[in-house]
Amino acid sequence: MPQPASRPRSTLASLALIGAVCVAATGALAYTAGWLSPDRLTPTKLVDALAPPTGPVRGHRRNHAKGICFTGEFQSNGAGAAISRAQAFEAGQHPVLGRFNLGTPEPLVADASVRVRGMGLEIATQRGAVWRAALINAPVFPVSTPEAFYALLQTSASKEPNAMAGFAAAHPEIATFGAWAKSPDWTASYAEEPYNSLNAFLFVDGAGTEHAARWSLRPEAPPERITPEELGRRGDDVLEREITQRVAAAPARWTLVLTLADPGDQTADPSRAWPEGRRSIEAGTLLVQRIEAEADGPCRAINFDPTILPDGIRVSDDPFPAARSAAYAKSYDLRTAESADYPHHPKAAP
Amino acid sequence: MIAGNTRFTAAQRLLHWSMALCIIAMFFIGVGMVSSVMPKYVPLLATHKTLGLAILALALVRLAVRARSGAPPLPADLPAPMRLAAELSHYGLYALMFALPLLGWAMLSAGAYPVVLYGGIRLPAIVPQSEVLHTLLWNAHYYLAFAFFALVLTHVAAALFHALVRRDGVFEAMAPIGSRIGAAPGTDSDAGHAATRKA
Ligand code: HEM
Ligand code: HEM
Ligand code: HEM
Repeated sequence: MPQPASRPRSTLASLALIGAVCVAATGALAYTAGWLSPDRLTPTKLVDALAPPTGPVRGHRRNHAKGICFTGEFQSNGAGAAISRAQAFEAGQHPVLGRFNLGTPEPLVADASVRVRGMGLEIATQRGAVWRAALINAPVFPVSTPEAFYALLQTSASKEPNAMAGFAAAHPEIATFGAWAKSPDWTASYAEEPYNSLNAFLFVDGAGTEHAARWSLRPEAPPERITPEELGRRGDDVLEREITQRVAAAPARWTLVLTLADPGDQTADPSRAWPEGRRSIEAGTLLVQRIEAEADGPCRAINFDPTILPDGIRVSDDPFPAARSAAYAKSYDLRTAESADYPHHPKAAP
Repeated sequence: MIAGNTRFTAAQRLLHWSMALCIIAMFFIGVGMVSSVMPKYVPLLATHKTLGLAILALALVRLAVRARSGAPPLPADLPAPMRLAAELSHYGLYALMFALPLLGWAMLSAGAYPVVLYGGIRLPAIVPQSEVLHTLLWNAHYYLAFAFFALVLTHVAAALFHALVRRDGVFEAMAPIGSRIGAAPGTDSDAGHAATRKA
């Protein structure tokens, strides 16, 4: 590469340039990876913040750690096709895998100590479209943003006497969830709970039109209202025992209800319910036909990541599904890596 | 390869530079997405999977092109250790541009994740579901990704060393456009400007 007249750049300067390129590239990677930004909210931080004071329970889900697997089917009536071209909404039966669970990072706690009950759900059509979801019985989420949820987890772990009051003052939206959580109106069965997506998704119909909607599973079983004290007297693992017996006798059923946003309804904040009277579509029936212990059941190694969506459903401007996806993947990576610590043999009959 | 050619063919250079851009983007997308809980996490992951598997497909093409067109010889005066390092590192780069996408795909398969790319393209699982395998593959994808980055940096440093210090035509052999010594773009496949390479 002759520059004959001018003196060629000195070797030293060239080497310095090469070094600078390497340092700059490494620096840019470190910056992108967040190694230079200790304040960035990362999936690892979110997952660590969920841990109980005694530390994470190795081998288990980092939240909703206590649970039991089920299989069944979704009997679609075809009505959902009005807002989504997802195969799951085509009339017919689609296989289902799921998990009933309690919103706690500790797998061994008593059922009566946990207010939030959840369901992990996968609807996989014969033609291979997979839809995963994780839903809870609360009517709203406690806070508006993933950042606020992180702050809530930190506040809950704080020893400061007035920490929670301070948090509630800064995040008044938590009052709606708080009122629900405090009500003594529990049910006696996983089968008697509604399960709500809380997050809004965009359902895309055959013509490509997007419809913002939240969705729920409404139980067909009439609720047996019960106080937590009474539930506690039935035993620590009453919910798993009860659902096993119930489903052995007959499938448990829910109606899948899609609730559509009106124009102007916000879709980004799961702590705020939409007003009553929104258009809704009953898209079919979820049948839970078989219960299996988590230890040797099919749900243990599944990540019910709410962004695993089939063609015909997309994330909306709700920031939660992305944050959840990132955190669930981290939790999944950790718990599968700790597989040796997990009690793979089923525990003695509950 | 045409005897006496001093440059990689236009197809090879196009593949080299477009894949270089894609692979460098993949490092940044990879570390960026796993450290983020922002809404961009979802499109970043979809891009990571799609681009990663595009790289796998391009790598296959590239290997076929390499088998057909070969490579220009390294300069005769290149010291033996440097020659060895060049050859080994090229084997390493080729191996990793296959390994990384395959490991990512296999890791998701072992974790029972559906592998869906942009455009709704669904790929089958390539390994059975297994927690132990998931962990193994996750670690391999993680450590080899950083090894790949380090090797690319070394490769770039070496390329610049050839370009700026040795000035031996090695860089020009892969330069995206004609070299400064008058190799007009498009005429690179004839052997007429061997001066770029002090062979
Ligand atoms: C930023 C907010 C949230 C964080 C950080 C978070 C975190 C987690 C984590 C780490 C897991 C364990 C995942 C695994 O290992 O597979 C989990 C499970 C679960 N989460 Fe969340 N979560 C959040 C919001 C929500 C919301 C809004 C809902 C309900 C609408 C929800 C419902 C569930 C359910 C039902 C499970 C259990 C799923 C299963 O059975 O595998 N979470 N969550
Ligand atoms: C040239 C190809 C590829 C490169 C250079 C690459 C690089 C990376 C990097 C640097 C990370 C971040 C590691 C960390 O900091 O934790 C990553 C993560 C990841 N990659 Fe790739 N990757 C490639 C291909 C793929 C493909 C084809 C897939 C899947 C189809 C894939 C799936 C993933 C996943 C799922 C993660 C996140 C893992 C986790 O849960 O932590 N990658 N990749
Ligand atoms: C991700 C990035 C990159 C990858 C994976 C990569 C890979 C490769 C491979 C496998 C070869 C050998 C070609 C063969 O023999 O068939 C090669 C050659 C070459 N690369 Fe790269 N490369 C990357 C980036 C770069 C960059 C950024 C530069 C320049 C600064 C560069 C400069 C060169 C040069 C000059 C050669 C020719 C070496 C020779 O004549 O033997 N590469 N590259």
